[in-house]
Amino acid sequence: MLTKRVIPCMDVNNGRVVKGVNFVDLRDAGDPVEMAEFYDGQGADEVIFLDITATSDDRATTVELASRAASELAIPYTVGGGFRDVAGMRRMVAAGADKVSVNSAAVKDPELITRAALAFGSQAVIVAIDAKRTGPDKWEVYTAGGRKATGIDAVEWAQEAARRGAGEILLTSMDCDGCQDGFNIPLTRAVARAVPIPVIASGGAGTLDHFAEGIIEGEADAVLAASVFHFGTFTVREVKEHMAKCGIPVRLDF
Amino acid sequence: MAPDIVVIDYHKGNIASVVRGLAAAGGSARIADDPAEFGRADALVLPGVGSFGDAMAYLTESGQRDAIVRAIEAGTPFLGICLGQQLLFEWGTEGHEDELDEQGRVAGLGVLQGHCELLPQVGLKVPHVGWDQVRLTEAGRENPFMRNVADKSNFYFTHSYVVQGARDEDVLGITDYAVEFPSVVARDNVYAAQFHPEKSSEKGARLMENFVRIVEGRA
Repeated sequence: MLTKRVIPCMDVNNGRVVKGVNFVDLRDAGDPVEMAEFYDGQGADEVIFLDITATSDDRATTVELASRAASELAIPYTVGGGFRDVAGMRRMVAAGADKVSVNSAAVKDPELITRAALAFGSQAVIVAIDAKRTGPDKWEVYTAGGRKATGIDAVEWAQEAARRGAGEILLTSMDCDGCQDGFNIPLTRAVARAVPIPVIASGGAGTLDHFAEGIIEGEADAVLAASVFHFGTFTVREVKEHMAKCGIPVRLDF
Repeated sequence: MAPDIVVIDYHKGNIASVVRGLAAAGGSARIADDPAEFGRADALVLPGVGSFGDAMAYLTESGQRDAIVRAIEAGTPFLGICLGQQLLFEWGTEGHEDELDEQGRVAGLGVLQGHCELLPQVGLKVPHVGWDQVRLTEAGRENPFMRNVADKSNFYFTHSYVVQGARDEDVLGITDYAVEFPSVVARDNVYAAQFHPEKSSEKGARLMENFVRIVEGRA
């Protein structure tokens, strides 16, 4: 049976992981590739590098990161953040990224999703959606790192992204992100039921039960977290062992 | 000396991680696109990117197709990965209109018996993306390619098409997703996997090591 995935996410600024990096047993905590290898050893199914550099005009450090990851990592990895066009994504794919994740640029120009899917295949194109609650079972898409409201309905946007060729949706609840109170279950479930492609739940995981809830109640195909892994609150293995206890198929033979 | 393993570049995507995987497994892997180099290599690897029709058009036009088939016939150990597995079979159904014949098929390399078709739509998400289990067949348990790989080990898949109609004796591993399909195959000097060993962490590394051992004649 296809297993549910656990994905550590690393926010990268100028080639270094930022936010909540608190490792004791790494030579260089903060080096994205070394951290990714560390997570591979814990059973991470894939990893995501999110480039949060404020001025993303100069992508040289991120291309270098993608290329180093290709020559050192033995699990799939995604690079996201700051893409404007297919050419920018192509540089990352050519450097070795298995998938690219696009957010604001896709909202601005939805046709970009189709062009990227034709260029690299749908399996390589993740559309990231930052969503904020506006009412009962209503969520609005935000762009520019959560700063800009768009007036677009999150569930409808996820459907359009899938229709245009996205291979996966990375869904972050802005209301839950950073609160460690659990994934936004109604949002995750609404999107997961609305699209025929995998949904990665993001934002809010704080306990082991939260991860299982994201899959069982949120109906997500994968769960993503950052700080609980970076701070060492849980290892990826602990999360997966707990998910297995809850009856979720996970990869534990690593 | 480490064996000279050529990873065939058909200019359809990145293959750096395949080279990394083979090097980590003790092979001396390099990328080449010149068919003249294929015959001299100790082993050939055809990685997995792109679509069946597109890839066959390039392999044929570039002369790589003939060089691959000749090397395989001459006994050169060969490893196909993902699309590189699918291309070994007789035909596939993935291609642009102008690449398909009147039966809707594109000819493959025809090294193995069977064909390649789209995963059936049965309510499961397609493409099949993520870690899934490989069930070893009797042939798989005996083949040195699967040495030290436990039954139902997880590997990383990302594909929409699968092989059907393969000979039972060529199938080393089977995966279930919408349909039962061969996820590891082998015949004589030819080995192939539907999943990506280079992206499958420890388990994938073991498969790459087994291939390098076979190339070195140590298996």
